[in-house]
Amino acid sequence: MAEIGSFALLLALALSVYSFVAGIIALAFQNRTSSQPASAAATGGRVAAAGEDNPFLSTLRQGSERIGETARRAGIVTFAAVLLASVVLVICAFRDDFSIAYILHHSNRDLPGPYKFAVLWSGQEGSLLFWSLLLAAYGFVLRLRYKTDPRLFAYASVVLSGVQIFFLLLLNFAAHPFAIVQGTIPPDGNGLNPLLQYPEMVIHPPMLYLGYVGFTIPFAFALGALIMKYPGEKWIHITRRWTMVTWAFLTCGVFLGAHWAYSVLGWGGYWGWDPVENASLMPWLTGTAFLHSVMMQEKRGMLKMWNMWLVFATFWLAILGTFLTRSGIISSVHAFAQSSIGDWFAWFLAITLIVFLFFFFKNKSHLRSEHKLESLVSRESSFLFNNLLFVLLCFTVLWGTWFPKISELVQGNKVTVGAPFYNRVAIPVALLLLILTAVGPLLAWRKTSLESLKRNFMWPTIGAIVVAIFLMITPQSWGSAFGLKPWRDISYFYSLMAIALSVLVTLTVASEFYRGGRVISKHTGQGMFASMVQLTHRNTRRYGGYIVHFGVVVVIIGFAGAAFNLDKEMEMKNGDKMTIGGYTLICRSSTEDDNPNYYSQWAILDVFKGGKQIDTMTPVRRFYHASQQTSTMPDIRSGLNEDLYVVFEGVNPDNGRPILRAHLNALVMWIWMGVWIMLIGTVLALIPNAPAPVRLPAPARLEPAHARPMVTGD
Amino acid sequence: MSRLNRFSKLGATFLASFARSGRLRHKTGGIALLLLAIFFLLGAGDPATRFSEIGHRMMCTCGCNQILLECNHVGCPASDGMRNELMAAVTRGDSDSLVEQGFVQKYGPTVLAAPTMQGFDRAAYIIPPVVLILGFGLIVVVIRTWKNRPAPAIADGLTPVRGAELEQFRDQARKETDL
Repeated sequence: MAEIGSFALLLALALSVYSFVAGIIALAFQNRTSSQPASAAATGGRVAAAGEDNPFLSTLRQGSERIGETARRAGIVTFAAVLLASVVLVICAFRDDFSIAYILHHSNRDLPGPYKFAVLWSGQEGSLLFWSLLLAAYGFVLRLRYKTDPRLFAYASVVLSGVQIFFLLLLNFAAHPFAIVQGTIPPDGNGLNPLLQYPEMVIHPPMLYLGYVGFTIPFAFALGALIMKYPGEKWIHITRRWTMVTWAFLTCGVFLGAHWAYSVLGWGGYWGWDPVENASLMPWLTGTAFLHSVMMQEKRGMLKMWNMWLVFATFWLAILGTFLTRSGIISSVHAFAQSSIGDWFAWFLAITLIVFLFFFFKNKSHLRSEHKLESLVSRESSFLFNNLLFVLLCFTVLWGTWFPKISELVQGNKVTVGAPFYNRVAIPVALLLLILTAVGPLLAWRKTSLESLKRNFMWPTIGAIVVAIFLMITPQSWGSAFGLKPWRDISYFYSLMAIALSVLVTLTVASEFYRGGRVISKHTGQGMFASMVQLTHRNTRRYGGYIVHFGVVVVIIGFAGAAFNLDKEMEMKNGDKMTIGGYTLICRSSTEDDNPNYYSQWAILDVFKGGKQIDTMTPVRRFYHASQQTSTMPDIRSGLNEDLYVVFEGVNPDNGRPILRAHLNALVMWIWMGVWIMLIGTVLALIPNAPAPVRLPAPARLEPAHARPMVTGD
Repeated sequence: MSRLNRFSKLGATFLASFARSGRLRHKTGGIALLLLAIFFLLGAGDPATRFSEIGHRMMCTCGCNQILLECNHVGCPASDGMRNELMAAVTRGDSDSLVEQGFVQKYGPTVLAAPTMQGFDRAAYIIPPVVLILGFGLIVVVIRTWKNRPAPAIADGLTPVRGAELEQFRDQARKETDL
């Protein structure tokens, strides 16, 4: 089987190289033989010949088109080859083929089936193969849809092939997933890392990688458009859906990772600012900035250079994150920390940067803005500030991730850059961003009068202030977020600000729905809810975006809850009590079990609230036989107000009593709900708009003397 | 509450020096300062809170990359001892900086979960706001440049709509299209 996999990978590399080289040759000849400007080609038509009467040029053009078609097909077949290699690796995992080093190191005979499938992305070599597979899959779809704009798609296809070559070179020569074990083959494998033996780990990496890899598509289109001096903003329209889908995958991947950390790692939190986590956040931040600023290019023909940079930065940061965490330059608790492929990534990053810079400076005159900015109080300037804050947040994360290395170079000793640093530096920026999220939608394109801003903003502001005062004056016994005295701790201040600003955003979003719904209701006589649904359907992107904003504020409220977290650790014998917040935990007993995969210990705890038993919780600790590693499975009782999170930390070796740690984590459920709302908003934004009903008023007769030709506007 | 303790000391010093300087004349100013002092002095913390605060600013040194008080390894070779040392220092009444210095001397600078505000470490905190200010300045320059850019050329014989008339058309367009 290993031979089939190795052959498939070599074949995929050869096909990618062919697709890349033949694609470049075809485009070069098409450029020479075509006198037709790119604008005509961009409209989707076939490239017209420069001289139909010149048989040599005509033959050359036809030949180049044929070569281009073979390049496209080679790209499609690359997908089949990489898919074959991936399927072979999964089959080897299910067949317990420990002659393959990767299977030996990441699987064992008693590993449950779904995790054997997940072996594909559980280690260095497999995850690179999986990356390559996803890239090939995206390329497959792109090459099938080439008729949308053959020339632009041909350029994008060449860029994709270039990226694919890099990953296939890695797989064939640096991190081969089918490398054979030398010497005697062990009877059983080392097993999968216990932390990865959790259902979400079967979903989280594919989602994250779909996001990382997906941003190659907008980058490929952007670079293609830059190289061919693509006129207009059609490439933006083409890539908009790709970008949104990719962004949704990355969002899903990032938060699934957070949920996995929360459910498995047993330290009670969901985000540890580890370099691997930061690596996923950075492209998300620049990708989000791009999704906003691209609207300015679509609607006003502005920020073309900036958007080009944002797309490139998003793609580049996804690769940089991989480089950071797999080169061993930055230490991480994640699995891939030390390996020898860092140099490959460094070279790839350098080459992509050089290629991008070359074409950017060569063709930047093509990226001039078409319009001027009229007012500081406008949607355009809000997007500029929005982008500044997103990029600053990204820079802060990058700076914090690199700072230990920089410190080592400058002062000779490493420092730790953990949560306290990010909380101090990033939270104020995030709060500013939240203010912009509230204000931005209320601003009109080009110019907004201060009166209209005041009118639209007054009630949401009053609402936010009222909520803030309410949260301050209410007694703390009402729940986690009540009785918030901002002077007691800086974290309370941040939490109060975050909740108040979230209310502000929610009210501005609601007012947007209400105002639009009221207009439709007045015209159609429908009820308010039906009008709002119709409103959303007429401009899904705008109102889907508002729902995403609402999801973000729900997530932010969840983050704000961290200020109220409590935790307690206790050694508990049968009958012992632990009190945390309003809960009392009574240890009924502790027990143990064994199966071929792991040995487990757990405690049985009765949970009381207000003197009444409300639940029984069973936190577990496992010891995996194959890998000789332990892992905790916290028991989490989730509620809208707070999560009761209990971890079985271990057993005191002196007396055999279980040591339990309980966390009372406030508002965590809001984070997961917010993510669902964000995803629903994204799906809504992807739905095509419903056509607005056309009303035909009686035609007014225009006096010739007053008739004026229409001036081209925006 | 250690941060608030620092604030408390700062607040008290500030209030005392301000009062000594004889500038505390106006009633409103006095009330404001009193409120400020109350704000700062409210943060006096008990040892348990200080233990939690300082413990969350330190890392476990066993290699788990976790905050000291969040390290959940039973039998961890480092965290139990470190917690005991921290509790002893807090119970003794050592100041935050003294506790942190002691830990840095014993375990090295990586024991602190965030860079300090001394020496090169300050750059960690200074650079992001500097980038924010530079970015803000750049945006202002961009907006000014764009505002001063000449308007697009218009066909011969046509008068561009300006001022109140333009606003009227815009309002009308928004009402009719901006759903």
